[in-house]
Amino acid sequence: MTAPLLQVEDLKVDFSTRNGIVRALHGIGFTLNAGETLGIVGESGSGKSVTSLAVMRLLDRAGRIAGGRVLFQGRDITRAAPGDLRSLRGAAMSMIFQNPRAALNPIRTVAQQIMDVLQAHRRISAAEARRQALDLLKAVRIRDPERRMSAYPNELSGGMCQRVMIAMAIACEPALLIADEPTTGLDVTTQKVVMDLLAGLTADRDMAVILITHDLGLAARYCGAIAVMEQGRIVEQGPTETLFRAAQHPYTRRLIAASPTRRSTLADLAQGAPPPEPVVRPPPPPGTGPLLDVQNLVKLYSGTRAVDDVSFTIAAGGSLGLVGESGSGKTTLSRMICRLIDADGGDVVFQGESIGHIPARDFHKAPQRRDVQIVFQDPTDSLNPRFTAFDSIAHPLRRLEGMRDGAALTARVTEAAARAGLEPALLGRFPHQLSGGQKARVGIARAVAPRPKLLLLDEPTAALDVSIQAVILQLLDRLRREDDLALLFVSHDLNVVRMMCEQMVVLQAGKVVEAGPSERVFEAPGAAYTRALLEAIPHFEPGAAASERVHA
Amino acid sequence: MSATLAGNRSTAQHILFVLRGNLVTTIAAALVTLLVIVAILAPWLAPYDPIASDVPAALQPPSALHWAGTDQLGRDILSRILLAARLDLFIAVSAVGLSFVVGAVVGGFCGYRGGRLDRWVGRIVDVLMAFPLFVLAMALVAALGNRMENIIIATAVINLPFYTRFARAEVNVRRNSGWVEAARACGESHMMVVLRFLLPNVLPAMAVQISLNLGWAILNAAGLSFIGLGVQAPTPEWGIMVAEGARFITTGKWWLVAFPGLALMLTVLGFNLLGDGLRDILDPRMRT
Repeated sequence: MTAPLLQVEDLKVDFSTRNGIVRALHGIGFTLNAGETLGIVGESGSGKSVTSLAVMRLLDRAGRIAGGRVLFQGRDITRAAPGDLRSLRGAAMSMIFQNPRAALNPIRTVAQQIMDVLQAHRRISAAEARRQALDLLKAVRIRDPERRMSAYPNELSGGMCQRVMIAMAIACEPALLIADEPTTGLDVTTQKVVMDLLAGLTADRDMAVILITHDLGLAARYCGAIAVMEQGRIVEQGPTETLFRAAQHPYTRRLIAASPTRRSTLADLAQGAPPPEPVVRPPPPPGTGPLLDVQNLVKLYSGTRAVDDVSFTIAAGGSLGLVGESGSGKTTLSRMICRLIDADGGDVVFQGESIGHIPARDFHKAPQRRDVQIVFQDPTDSLNPRFTAFDSIAHPLRRLEGMRDGAALTARVTEAAARAGLEPALLGRFPHQLSGGQKARVGIARAVAPRPKLLLLDEPTAALDVSIQAVILQLLDRLRREDDLALLFVSHDLNVVRMMCEQMVVLQAGKVVEAGPSERVFEAPGAAYTRALLEAIPHFEPGAAASERVHA
Repeated sequence: MSATLAGNRSTAQHILFVLRGNLVTTIAAALVTLLVIVAILAPWLAPYDPIASDVPAALQPPSALHWAGTDQLGRDILSRILLAARLDLFIAVSAVGLSFVVGAVVGGFCGYRGGRLDRWVGRIVDVLMAFPLFVLAMALVAALGNRMENIIIATAVINLPFYTRFARAEVNVRRNSGWVEAARACGESHMMVVLRFLLPNVLPAMAVQISLNLGWAILNAAGLSFIGLGVQAPTPEWGIMVAEGARFITTGKWWLVAFPGLALMLTVLGFNLLGDGLRDILDPRMRT
């Protein structure tokens, strides 16, 4: 039996910070043989990226390997000289980064960047490097490779940038490829194409792959073995089938439970939480119109129709999911309904009154402003860095209800915070002093503080870990039930929309391709596009993971 | 971590924290504080009347009686330096304040709105920047008249392009932030978003610019006086003092130039070094 390609033994990594030394990895170990794929899964802060950086010896200056060994092809990398490392990186091991656009040099062409990698490690002529670069672009199946050779990164889509990154990573046929969240920020259909491509290429070349991801479904689909990380430790590792069928560690179980699957309900996501009681609402008196009536909305961006003749309605207390990939116009649509931008055609009717004709610049004075509120995608980005949590939540009350500082305002803010599950002690903090989940709660508290009737949610959990996502989704569902709040849920995640929403509208390139009750769309999709979307979601079914895995 | 749990520090505590961690900022802050105190208390601190000449005591070297010596008219140089601090600081602060307020508001709206307004203002700023700025200030003072208001206006005008561009760029990168949209959803008008949300967020970065600029503005005012445009003799002003003293340096009367020059240098140095520290003080993210 030969030695494994990569053997990590008791690896410890320290980071020196303003508050002293922090241990990021507490002695982790795993082995990887040639041709195998290992998935490292975990939530943010679990140390999965640090692991990959330590293996590549790419830790920044604050990070230090404090103990353990990393044996790669029998050599201990932790003691290798910088010169040896340089020749190792790229040639024997290479890495694909999270954000392909940021990882590519914006002022060099695709061909130049691939040739750089080739010529750094091999003594070949420019012409030969160019020929090989073209072959690589063909291998990653970029359309029109000859033309893409002279393209700059900004001329390529996110998926194409990631293909170029893959081409660069496999250029020197490394024995080990580390992919750190390679498909974050890509659409599900693109994700599937990129991952299938990566799996095929590495299988052909007998490369070992470490796939770092927060997405259990992705790991289940593409990895033979999985290591689950929590707070700098590997809490559990084993073959994918075993791990999903009979998870041992409570954290693994919690993670599996929190990941939405095809059949899970909101109650499944957080173990131990009581299922929400069904709310019996008196049927609306006959003759009541819908709360929101979107009529033939159109938005033009430099000639193209970003939103093209979209219509739907939401009843009071109802919930509708707006699903689509990037560029489908779902965000533009939500901004038009929220009256932050103006439509180029059509109308938005709210409670029987047209609000679509009030210019967006004047809508802050309209009485409906407080009835239509929005929760934004990125909790960090959506909070003013100079406002404490209290000020952020008090802002709509001060502006829209004219409340002054005092006991009444404090009471309303505390109440909104409590409904969003935010502890009162946290209200004095600035956004940078809060965790992602806490920031999401501040954003939700702010939106529900003026007691709106319609809440728009723009991918409210896209930037959150699955366990926090589970809690936030349950919170939103509870708010809807308790306050008779109508939800418009914008998301790319079909599983989440199915759990949250009664109705679903699928958008593609600004047009509605399918609409109907969520369960029906999910079980029997009518449009080919909806079917493609559903198929692209990397599913795993606890207990039946093996059946779906792609064997590389 | 305990600080986070205890909530936020008070402003004074925070300033102390920043100063403690940074020796250079502390020294700079001490220099600037000293300067401000001197400027405020100058009439009481000065041992002699800065304008009264005493020809028999002319051109005396530094002594116990005249710590910084006397000039060609026998005026006490230390007293003149102290009172000049007041004038120079006043000119610099007013000029920089004026260009900061105008530049931040104009640049802020340009960065937020974009479009035609942005293009026009951008071109005007480009034209301003194309002039050698000191020459522009000279021309402005010469055209408007040799008065203190005009020195302030001229100094403000030549500083304006930096603030406008800076505010424009900083606002521009933030205008699509989620919190800007959130503020709009909370019922803010476009104008209030710029004034109450975007500009305060740009302030920490601009503080560095303000501090650097104060030093530069003092140098500029002194420079204008040095070449005879600006504050007129016998008013004590560092630039005039250096200009007048320069005639005597060849005969070994170094103190006429050295002391006002030293005051000028220390002031500019203090403001330049303070810049970085100011950013740390003003940024709430540093208050962990």
